[in-house]
Amino acid sequence: MASYPRDFRFGGFVVSLIWLIFWILIIVALVGLPLIFIILFYVPLPEVDGEVLTPYLFLTSILYPQSAIPVIETLLDTTFFKVAVFPGFTYAALIAAATIFIERKFLAKMQLRVGPLYAGKIEGILQLLADGLKLISKEIIIPSGSDKLIFWSAPIAFVATAAAVVALIPAAPGWVVADIDVGLLAVFAILGFFPLIALLFSWASNSKYPFIGGLRALHQLIAFEIPFILSALSVVILSGTLNLTEVVESQIQSYWFIFFLPISAFVFYISSLAELERIPFDLPEAEAEIVAGWLTETSGMIYGLLQLGSYIKTYALAALFVILFLGGWAGPQIFPAEIIPESAEAIIPVSELYEQTDANAAFWFTLKTFGVIMLMLLPRGISPRIRIDILLHTGWYKLIVLAFINMFVALALIYGGVLGPGGLLVR
Amino acid sequence: MTSIEEKFEESKRLGLQIVKESEEDRLMTLSVGPQHPGSGHFRFVIKVDGDYIVYCDPDPGYVHRGEEKMCEYRNVIQNIPHLERPVIHDSANITYSYSLAVEELVGIEVPRRGQFIRAIASELNRQVYTLYWLAIYGIFLGHSTMFMWPTGDREVIIDLLEALTGARVTHAFNIPGGVRNDMPEGFRDRCLSQIRYLQKRFKEYEDIFYNNPLFRQRTEGVAVLSKEDAIKLGVTGSVVRASSVPFDVRKAEPYDIYNEIDFKVQYMKTGDCFARSYVPLLDMQESCYIIEQLLDKMPASGEVRAKLQPNPKGPPGESYRRVESGRGALGYYIVSDGTPKPYRVKISVGSFRNMLALPYLLFGKRLADMPAVYWSLNYWPVEADR
Repeated sequence: MASYPRDFRFGGFVVSLIWLIFWILIIVALVGLPLIFIILFYVPLPEVDGEVLTPYLFLTSILYPQSAIPVIETLLDTTFFKVAVFPGFTYAALIAAATIFIERKFLAKMQLRVGPLYAGKIEGILQLLADGLKLISKEIIIPSGSDKLIFWSAPIAFVATAAAVVALIPAAPGWVVADIDVGLLAVFAILGFFPLIALLFSWASNSKYPFIGGLRALHQLIAFEIPFILSALSVVILSGTLNLTEVVESQIQSYWFIFFLPISAFVFYISSLAELERIPFDLPEAEAEIVAGWLTETSGMIYGLLQLGSYIKTYALAALFVILFLGGWAGPQIFPAEIIPESAEAIIPVSELYEQTDANAAFWFTLKTFGVIMLMLLPRGISPRIRIDILLHTGWYKLIVLAFINMFVALALIYGGVLGPGGLLVR
Repeated sequence: MTSIEEKFEESKRLGLQIVKESEEDRLMTLSVGPQHPGSGHFRFVIKVDGDYIVYCDPDPGYVHRGEEKMCEYRNVIQNIPHLERPVIHDSANITYSYSLAVEELVGIEVPRRGQFIRAIASELNRQVYTLYWLAIYGIFLGHSTMFMWPTGDREVIIDLLEALTGARVTHAFNIPGGVRNDMPEGFRDRCLSQIRYLQKRFKEYEDIFYNNPLFRQRTEGVAVLSKEDAIKLGVTGSVVRASSVPFDVRKAEPYDIYNEIDFKVQYMKTGDCFARSYVPLLDMQESCYIIEQLLDKMPASGEVRAKLQPNPKGPPGESYRRVESGRGALGYYIVSDGTPKPYRVKISVGSFRNMLALPYLLFGKRLADMPAVYWSLNYWPVEADR
């Protein structure tokens, strides 16, 4: 990155900088500002202490900390914050990035090597940044004869669908982007899009190896959706609701469902490995047989988007496992009630931003999600790849039978009065 | 499905194309070519009917360098560095066979200590090659740990070879007349301790890789090569030993001091991919015992190399000698016309003969079995192309 062209002239460089500033000013003044005003005309602004938060009020109030805190509090409650920061895209993307890095290091230690070491001073921590920059700077090669519309839009649809699943996951009580009463059903409905995207993208690649990979992806993802849904069905029987927040609430009232439904949890875990196309189920991208499967023709940022979507899906399914079986955000209270004691008369009321239950819920949820993600990374160092006929046999015969067994156990628990409303084990 | 089985039943011939012309457009032709993560530097064309392979045509020659022709322009000592390039991991064995043939041609007597050191280098290189082969087998099955562990353990033996010969991989150590230099001080103890470490690791490989249920599912019962077919096809090395034919050149035609070493020929009776992948591990364990015996029986001192004239040449004639390399019987047929440069050198490698079994074994198998079957034939593309 330190090379410059041979005929470098400093004067030309300064002139190009001035042109850049000129164009930035033109675009901001003629395009950006009108757009902002149009948006602000239509978007309903939140209220701060009874006053509508106009940009003028925002700019004047952030001057002084004591007036900025109520503004920040209001902003924390908006839907935009939930979508963009927590538990929405930023949170999911950070966990995805941490997952990628931890996966490479963890796998390396299992394989008697070190993993990324040189990017960044501490144990290669900037490796992801380097990989992201590399992917952005690479040329995107579109095969001739491919369907350009689908080729460009399928990776974006992949990330969007994965983000839609993230939108339904509650990370703390009250912190969910879309609080739907049939949340679990919506999750499965959205998950049904992925085989379609894989098949469309492989067909649009116009090449033999992606074609084989896409068919394998279709077979695999569809075959494992049924045990997936059946294992979650036993949770629905025990909790009596499809709303994900209420599933966690019912686990807080009794005990974690994994103690009653261990087989379902196991089936859910195996099915989610298959849905994520992780080893040992990575047939759609089997390297030795079909080069890279349905990802063969991807390059540059298209590949980056598909990997991002894949890891966001990993977070989503791991979070779903935590919510359904591991009690969501339940955990002992380890945060103090007030971070700054006796702050009733503080000039800068920072402690009003801190909420003990939310912090505790977020902490335990993140910890458990990371635990499940590590469990999902583990088979990568242990097993070879499974073959398609063994995979379909396992998915259709063995897993469905196991899921049914646990469903009968759940029904017995409900009818026996052990769980459910007024049950023996309900606190 | 039944049409595939009918075709398989009606055709017992070896790898012939038996699809009727009218059904040709149902098949998809895949070129598992040199630019493929699943084939090494080797190209084979397969035709696939759905998920089943109905035709396979190996197309070697991507890495052909003209080794045999190059031998005719160099004298017998100058041939050693380029002759070990066809299989760099097993370089001691491919030059061992050449040295034996040249010694028979020119009439050189190798001193006893040199014979022992040559055998030690040969066994160490056999293990280096087999560990690398095992690592690539793991990659082909999608098991990345099975790639990392053997490659890491290979470093142990490569360090030994570096101490012994001065170079890690292509060391040009075996020459006609013996070996280039003697063992360094303390090599014997170091070698024995590393052999103990390797024997411990082979037990771990058995537990983690070979007893893995997924590995067994993918390799057990797949592509069975019966004993008669193995002999008819002329395969060699671990492939034929996995089909219950206990043939090992070190026992059948012992060369150098191998008739003084007591070891068993490891073989298995099932002939499927699992047997072909397990026999090399047994060979490596046997190799460890051989190295221990060699280090014990070696004479304490002596010459390691026979003194040769500057351009060694012998009377006109021909010679054929072969050794057991990592892939099978590796033979050299050298014709000399009385000048220092050989008139004709013909190298007969095990890989090329094992390649014959590939179309025969791949017929009727699934596409997912293709890497498992292909690599289990212990095929090294560079060696087959020479």
